Amino acid sequence: MKTLILKTASAYLLPVLLVFSVFILLRGHYLPGGGFVGGLIAAIAFVLHAFANGLKNTKGLLQFHPGFLMPVGLGLAFLSGLAPVLGFDDPFMTGLWLPYDVPVLGSVGSALFFDIGVYFVVIGVTLTIIFTISESA
Amino acid sequence: MEVLLAIIIGILYAAGVYMILRRSLVKLIIGIILLGNGANLLIFLLGRITEGAPPIIPEDSSVFTEAYADPVPQALILTAIVISFGLQSFAIILVKRAHKVVKTDDLDEMNATDEDS
Amino acid sequence: MLTAILLGFLFALFLVFTGKFFRGKLAVLSALIPAGLFAYFASFISKISAGEIITKTYEWVPAFGVNLSFKLDGLSLLFSLMITGIGFLVFSYTASYLKGHKYLDRFYGYLSVFMAAMLGLVLSNNIISLFVFWELTSISSFFLIGFNNDSAASRKSALTALGITGLGGFFLLSGVLLLGSMTGTYNITEMLSMQEAIAGSEYYILAASLFFVAAFTKSAQFPFHFWLPAAMKAPTPVSTYLHSATMVKAGVYLLMRFTPILGDHPFWNNTLIIVGGITMVYTAIHSLFRTDLKGILAYSTISALGILVFLIGLGTKAAFLAAAVFIMVHALYKATLFLVAGIIDHQAGTRDVTKLAGLRKVMMPVAIAGFLAAISSAGIPPTIGFLGKELTYEASLNFGTGTIIIVIAIVLTKIFLLWAGFAAGIKPFMGKLPEAQKETKMPGLLMWFPPIILAVLSILFGIFPSLIESAIVKPMVFALGADASEDHLALWHGFNTVLLLSAVTIGVGLLLYFLVRPSNKLEQKVAKLEFISPRSIMEKGNYYFVIFSRFWTNVFQNGYLRNYVTSIILFLVILVGYILFGHQRLVIDHSQLAEITAYELVVALILVAGVLYTVFTKSRLAAVAAMGVVGLSICLIFVFYSAPDLAMTQFSIDTLTVILFVLVLYRLPKYLSLSDYKMRLRDGVLSLALGTIICVLALQVLAEPANNEIGDFYAKNAYLLAHGKNVVNVILVDFRGTDTLIEISVLAIAAIGVFGLLKLRLKSTDRTQ
Repeated sequence: MKTLILKTASAYLLPVLLVFSVFILLRGHYLPGGGFVGGLIAAIAFVLHAFANGLKNTKGLLQFHPGFLMPVGLGLAFLSGLAPVLGFDDPFMTGLWLPYDVPVLGSVGSALFFDIGVYFVVIGVTLTIIFTISESA
Repeated sequence: MEVLLAIIIGILYAAGVYMILRRSLVKLIIGIILLGNGANLLIFLLGRITEGAPPIIPEDSSVFTEAYADPVPQALILTAIVISFGLQSFAIILVKRAHKVVKTDDLDEMNATDEDS
Repeated sequence: MLTAILLGFLFALFLVFTGKFFRGKLAVLSALIPAGLFAYFASFISKISAGEIITKTYEWVPAFGVNLSFKLDGLSLLFSLMITGIGFLVFSYTASYLKGHKYLDRFYGYLSVFMAAMLGLVLSNNIISLFVFWELTSISSFFLIGFNNDSAASRKSALTALGITGLGGFFLLSGVLLLGSMTGTYNITEMLSMQEAIAGSEYYILAASLFFVAAFTKSAQFPFHFWLPAAMKAPTPVSTYLHSATMVKAGVYLLMRFTPILGDHPFWNNTLIIVGGITMVYTAIHSLFRTDLKGILAYSTISALGILVFLIGLGTKAAFLAAAVFIMVHALYKATLFLVAGIIDHQAGTRDVTKLAGLRKVMMPVAIAGFLAAISSAGIPPTIGFLGKELTYEASLNFGTGTIIIVIAIVLTKIFLLWAGFAAGIKPFMGKLPEAQKETKMPGLLMWFPPIILAVLSILFGIFPSLIESAIVKPMVFALGADASEDHLALWHGFNTVLLLSAVTIGVGLLLYFLVRPSNKLEQKVAKLEFISPRSIMEKGNYYFVIFSRFWTNVFQNGYLRNYVTSIILFLVILVGYILFGHQRLVIDHSQLAEITAYELVVALILVAGVLYTVFTKSRLAAVAAMGVVGLSICLIFVFYSAPDLAMTQFSIDTLTVILFVLVLYRLPKYLSLSDYKMRLRDGVLSLALGTIICVLALQVLAEPANNEIGDFYAKNAYLLAHGKNVVNVILVDFRGTDTLIEISVLAIAAIGVFGLLKLRLKSTDRTQ
């Protein structure tokens, strides 16, 4: 699958797709999108890169094992649920919101961080599975 | 369209179960995937389908002003789709591993739990 | 008090770590625990005999009314003293009996767990905790009976005992829960005031029956008695402790404890009289046909338990008094006889009573103990046994109805019990010492002293009944719901019918002893009738049950995945199909449904074609590609019907699934054509039936009005509460955020599972690679 076209294209596709995935993630609260889809798109971006340039190069690009994204994401999601308990003595998972809107993002709150956590977990899970399989296949 | 969808769901279920009943490991996984798709569609259909009205609040208002599709089945299916990916990949790897260890593709020969049988 | 009960458990736990120090000479120190507990409980005697009742409650699960609540009254005091007192002797005896045994520490551990459980049982004032301790005694006795776990017979009898008593435990739990729901409390003291309400309840018979089964299994009453003789495979200290003095009396205790609550009802009294009566006569006669010392003792024990049940059934004050005395009588002489039998077995190497004789010449103190116990068992004055027998006869004579039958039964039983006591306690020591036993040695002090103590107590209490009268017997009768403060225990009652009956018993019993000697011939004769005994009937039932369950398992749990799936689906199709087609009419209101557009039809056709191709293609790659088509078509359906989020997710997952399959496809096994035409046809019909059912079911549901309450709530509040406009996303990350958190955890687990399966070098891989 190492065609020149795909190889050249993937060099540009990876950053574009990643930016797109973040875009999908952030707009999820207002329009179709969100952490699940965003994470899947980001994972597809890496898988595409791996197809074009070989798994080793993609792994080199990542610098770390994608599996580490799972605890990071889980921790972030959990903390965003825990924050109201620790900070405001509210029940677990109570939504917390900034009183003013942030430009571009709109209203920012704990739910956004939760979604980012989901995003990381999904990337971590998908890449771990696919990388592990293609390595041993 | 609902009747057509119901028939499609029936076909997906029938195909899924038929594949699960085969003795080949790969067919088993394909059967599970088809069955999962059928189940997703069934939940979707039973939540009533609505054309051209996604459950997204219009930009200029804070509540829905017109009819909208029920968001609950959608949220359920979304998680189901993602989870089923986890399940599928795990099942595929389990099959691969089992194939390697037991050296058979025939489910009927896998009915002993002992490793060395 | 909690500490006192838990001490045994703590000691057992302690032994787990320090066991090896207790295997040697230190073993005898374990006896300090029951000794200390005995002193502790004995210190309550004066308070209890003054009419005080001591209760202590520790909260356990207060929300369900389950507490560790303890009550020390006359009844529980007698049992506590028996448990700890005989426990002390048995603990010391064991140190010598099992000297140097590899697992001596383990034995002590089981024994002390058993002791603690037994104490908890008799002290519980809450029926739930009573049940818990009840089960603990069953379990610990299982370990004790099966202590010689390298012998198959020992394992089998342990299982029999556990099976029977476990069955009883199950009935007890049902009874406890039923009684709890009848009275609204699990507290025994509170139940005492509700006796009339309970007796009037429509569930009374059921509740009483459940308690009966529990008590009869534990106390080895007919027809559940056979586990007790089988349990004699256990080391003798166990037989002494569990099967004569304590555990088997737990059933009797249960009946006594519930006499003030469930008693005084014709059903209660009649059942107990009949079952106890049958048991005492049947098993007393049985003891005549045994040659094993412990076998004789086992049957006479069951018979004695039968007498106790019978006395509880009589339900008069005199009967309670007799029961209170007889419990002590029996504990004292039967424990002695068991200990003596254990010494004989240990020193002479056999328990066959036909081969034993003249042992008094080598072990005089043991012979004395055996003799005293035998005369107490026979009810010959001046032993306490005489007192017990007199009281029993008196209670039977004054019962009122059916006196003749009752008296005949009890006299007959006593005659045979006299024989059994003599055969076990006197016969081995009389006559000429056979050549084979010339080498028999005197046992150690720790072994012969405990039976002597018990035997001497039998005489002491007989001569001075005032020692136990107000201290133990009367508070106990009081706990059973009768007032015996006017009565006095005495050996001499004057010339009356009771004395006449006693004389008849002793005379006929002695005659029987001299006429009938235990012999193998008798044992063989009765063995021919074994096939109609409850034991063989139950064993036969067991055998057929095993055959049946094996058949059942082979049919339904055959290890073939598709057979499981087939039977599940078959039942689903039949059940749902019956309801759908038999009772419902399908109405489709087309005006309510969305119209089919041309492009929808195309997508649907592609989808169906994809499914069919996936199923019927012979190529794996083609099947995977077709599956991708199916996924994309579903994605389009989501697009048409207002689910953009689903469409996006389905699209990405579909892509990833195809990639995944392609990556591993060539490592996966090839399709095999394993099933024949017939099989495929059968599966095809079944799957189509299921598909039809699902299709009709979906249409049926659609005909019902939809309920969108939940969806409406989320939609209304999505922006107001959660500042989001994409309701699906808001549900996922906010309203149902915890679910999503768990979901992503599951995903992570799946990924770790995949990683582990492929990367970790498991044993099997090393072998196959």
